Amino acid sequence: MTNGLEWVAACDADALQPEELRRFDYGGRTFVIVRSSEGDYFALDGHCSHEKVHLADGIVDGHIIECPKHFGTFDYRTGEARALPACVDLRRYEVKIDGNEVFIRL
Amino acid sequence: MLVTHERLAELGILYLEGTSVESIDRAAHAVILSGGTRLGYERLLLATGARPRIMNKTVEPKSRITTLRTYADAVAIRSTLGPQCKVLVIGGGFIGLEVAASAVTKGASVTVLEAGPRLLMRAVPALMADLIRAKHERSGVRIVTGANVKCIDVNESCSAVFLEDGRKHFANIVLVGIGAVPNVELAQAAGLATDNGIMLDETLATSDPDIFAAGDCCSFPHRLYGERIRLEAWRNAREQGAAAAANMLGAERPYIKVPWFWSDQYDETLQIAGLFREQDALIPRVLGPRGQLLFCLAADGRLVAAAGFGSLGAIAKEVRFAEGMIAQGFAPKPEALANPSISLKLLSSQHRSSL
Repeated sequence: MTNGLEWVAACDADALQPEELRRFDYGGRTFVIVRSSEGDYFALDGHCSHEKVHLADGIVDGHIIECPKHFGTFDYRTGEARALPACVDLRRYEVKIDGNEVFIRL
Repeated sequence: MLVTHERLAELGILYLEGTSVESIDRAAHAVILSGGTRLGYERLLLATGARPRIMNKTVEPKSRITTLRTYADAVAIRSTLGPQCKVLVIGGGFIGLEVAASAVTKGASVTVLEAGPRLLMRAVPALMADLIRAKHERSGVRIVTGANVKCIDVNESCSAVFLEDGRKHFANIVLVGIGAVPNVELAQAAGLATDNGIMLDETLATSDPDIFAAGDCCSFPHRLYGERIRLEAWRNAREQGAAAAANMLGAERPYIKVPWFWSDQYDETLQIAGLFREQDALIPRVLGPRGQLLFCLAADGRLVAAAGFGSLGAIAKEVRFAEGMIAQGFAPKPEALANPSISLKLLSSQHRSSL
């Protein structure tokens, strides 16, 4: 399916250390880019599904991303909500690395 | 409601709405409900919460005094706030200051009356409380400390608050935020021990080993601080609920989570991990205009508390990593804590790898 979806450059791959988060805004929307401890990249909706708090201000622990405000957690590989008060999953986006750039499919 | 009726049914939880527990028959392991029904239990959890502390100096009718505890309270208060509104807040704690911030942002004229010598006496060290006071004053809130209320005359349209020193304040709304009282009556009537709340051991069991408690209603010994504490915070209620449930099923694990509080005022966030105590050393870390961190080291060098006030992005990660260090009993170097170029993440990972 290519209906309107395009690869958008989000950030430099080496700008993120393992277990680091980066905010990315595009087209009036906001996202969070995650680099796992294994070095893989993931992209999710930027705001916690509980309240409008940006997850890029949170922390990464294993495969979990934790909201800085009320400690709702998500598995960033799937977007699945894992701990209250977050109970709605986050949308996850496809990611690819091209050269030194992280692209997400929007 | 936090959970739907469908979900409760799915989990096999019988939920009785509009029903109160009249008493506990500990010998028979049963609770007696309003209406007389008896429900048997093997283990019982008391999660009775707390209620706003009411001033005993109120002139009738008491009902005109506003308190903030529930969602309905919040909606009702919000509907009355506006540019023509004069608001008096009695109590310079979290609740009072959050209402003051919201009210002044909505254009109301706001005065906070605090009996103590400064704001946020209970949980927040003076250095942090001064920053918060400055933020409020810049935003137009009048703050009066050392204000002992003598009596309140509450009327339909205008209320008067009289102070011991003879001063008077008038307002349309008087919000009283002077703390909460744990709901211990049911436990007391059942002969359970209480001490600033339902008295628990480290595993959150009451003086009856088949009865547990969690949340704002209970006090428990905390091994990080060597004292009995009671917490009125959302995160504690959530974590204690889960811990009590595990122990009711036989886990027998002590509850050792680091106390944690937060408060949002204006566009700033205050986060506190651990307990600040008079006798401990304070180490500030200045983050420039974005915020301020404050650490607290016990006499043996252990980090026992950390606080941050400022933008969420500036403080949240640092307080979160500090919380991990508090839990592990780390004793970081004061110079490192004071140095804004050393992230707490790095400090805590260095410490972990040195173990």
